[in-house]
Amino acid sequence: MSNNHEVLVDVQGVDRVFRRGSEEIHVLQKLDLQVRQGEFLALMGPSGSGKSTLLNLIGGLDRPSNGSVAIGGERIDGLNDRQLAAWRARHIGLVFQFYNLLPVLNAQRNVELPLLLTSLSATQRREHAAAALDIVGLKDRNTSFPTQLSGGEQQRVGIARAIVTDPTILLCDEPTGDLDQKSGDEILSLLQALNREQGKTIIMVTHDPHASHRASRTVYLNKGRLLAENPE
Amino acid sequence: MSNWFTQVAAVTAFSLRTIAQRRGAVLATAVGVAGVAMVFVGVLSIAAGFRGTMRSSGAPDVAIILRSGADGEMTSVFDRTETQLIADAPGLARTGGTPQASAELFVIINLPSKTTGSDANVPLRGVGPAAFTVRDNVKLVAGRRFEPGRNEVIVGVGASRSSAGLEVGRKLRLGTNEWDIVGLFTAGGGSAESELWTDATVLQNAYQRGSSFQSVLARLASPETFQIFKDALTANPQLKVKVQRQTEFYEAQSGALTGFIEGIGFFIAAMMALGALFGALNTMYTAVATRVREIATLRALGFGAGPVVISVLVESLLVSIAGGAVGAAAAYVAFDGFTASTLNWQSFSQVAFAFRVTPALLLQAIFLSSFIGLLGGLFPALRAAKVPIAAALRET
Repeated sequence: MSNNHEVLVDVQGVDRVFRRGSEEIHVLQKLDLQVRQGEFLALMGPSGSGKSTLLNLIGGLDRPSNGSVAIGGERIDGLNDRQLAAWRARHIGLVFQFYNLLPVLNAQRNVELPLLLTSLSATQRREHAAAALDIVGLKDRNTSFPTQLSGGEQQRVGIARAIVTDPTILLCDEPTGDLDQKSGDEILSLLQALNREQGKTIIMVTHDPHASHRASRTVYLNKGRLLAENPE
Repeated sequence: MSNWFTQVAAVTAFSLRTIAQRRGAVLATAVGVAGVAMVFVGVLSIAAGFRGTMRSSGAPDVAIILRSGADGEMTSVFDRTETQLIADAPGLARTGGTPQASAELFVIINLPSKTTGSDANVPLRGVGPAAFTVRDNVKLVAGRRFEPGRNEVIVGVGASRSSAGLEVGRKLRLGTNEWDIVGLFTAGGGSAESELWTDATVLQNAYQRGSSFQSVLARLASPETFQIFKDALTANPQLKVKVQRQTEFYEAQSGALTGFIEGIGFFIAAMMALGALFGALNTMYTAVATRVREIATLRALGFGAGPVVISVLVESLLVSIAGGAVGAAAAYVAFDGFTASTLNWQSFSQVAFAFRVTPALLLQAIFLSSFIGLLGGLFPALRAAKVPIAAALRET
């Protein structure tokens, strides 16, 4: 774990209210959360507790109804859609439960995707993607299409895609939720290595207590509120 | 900006690569648009062909003279004195001192159609000796000219194609008269090709027309002498005439029919286009729906809404243009040069003509297809742009 204790993620007094007809659903209520640079944080809680909503706010995929979200000292809750998209491309690496790879692209091309939003040349993009695939141990599967890969391998490609731009934070939404125990463990080990060896700040939503044990800190949510923490 | 274009190119390429997975719906849309283009080109090629035939019937240095108030040869009448006064007017071309003017009349005869066997109206025209110099595009392709004073006819190639029993050497019985078919002629694709010609005096006698004519066709010394000729005739108190250039006359003759055909063509094409539009809308909505997680993933990674919108529009446009091009090409193969005949409402006689698939028509069909594609892709594209990213990422 990094020794850097600088606060990277600063969520203050955040509410997130969804409207369904005349009904108001308070998914997050007056929530505060700080995540330090280099932390591996697990967000746990029952379904509907607001874990993914919180992750979406931190990742700039959604905006709070009230309160502020600052990443690396930069407020992102006031950015418009276009600014948020550009911000995500620079700062966020996303890992999804169902991998979300583009089926028409091979592993190499899938990993290169976020690099299309940078000014890198085609050769540089190829080199960066190859390096990322090497880190996740899939250097030799670069020409395989998603349908030719196992679930664990697809998730590794997903992680390679998330780290290829060297983002500020890695956000993982149930990264082992669709995997068997063995593949899940391998993915968790990979995330742990990225955190410990490369100092990546990781926030991971999970249902799985076993997964949360790999994190350096776990916070629990229930009904949109932060319940307790178990600092390492 | 180059980054934005890279995004557009990349997202569009992904979108196009998924077409194979949706080939059924995409093919149905392309076929729908192809149908629209084919019908559009097919119907309008009838109008283009008919207009082309009527246009090539006329020459700018030939004038047609009808009685004032007549809207066609059918309702016009002159006596021999009047036709001589017309021929003597200044501004006409002359050969050896003789004005190039042909006083003409025509009767409508019934001949069995080659295709249906039922009777169709065919004009039998009586022409003066100058007819062949006035209409210098008339060329004999078989046999010989009729001899003045004899019951002989020559047959236009259009009439010969559409009516039965008009081969050179055969006899034609009309009422109590029998005519020898002695020649076959072309007239540069003009409407004269749909006619039978004989000597005007013989026709007057055969049909008890006395010494009356219906029109005078006259070759001008040059296109510029039209006004001199017209002024001389209209200033003559012995004549009540309407003087037109032959080109204007045929243009007016074809206007009603081409307008009608074009009206029908546009109406059918518009109805079919509406159907194809819904097909395109459905296909593209489905495309967006099946790719909603992909679109959300791209947006989550930082791709903008603009490239997503453009990718949907480009796909819709390409599919429609491809369909339109195939339909237009099929129409060209099926219809261009296809010969038919129809009733010219101004003369109540058949005009044989060939469908014409012109480059302009093909271009219009492509524009129509593009329009269907753009409109069919627009709303699905906007829906794609509004995909709620966070929710759509978890779609399975």
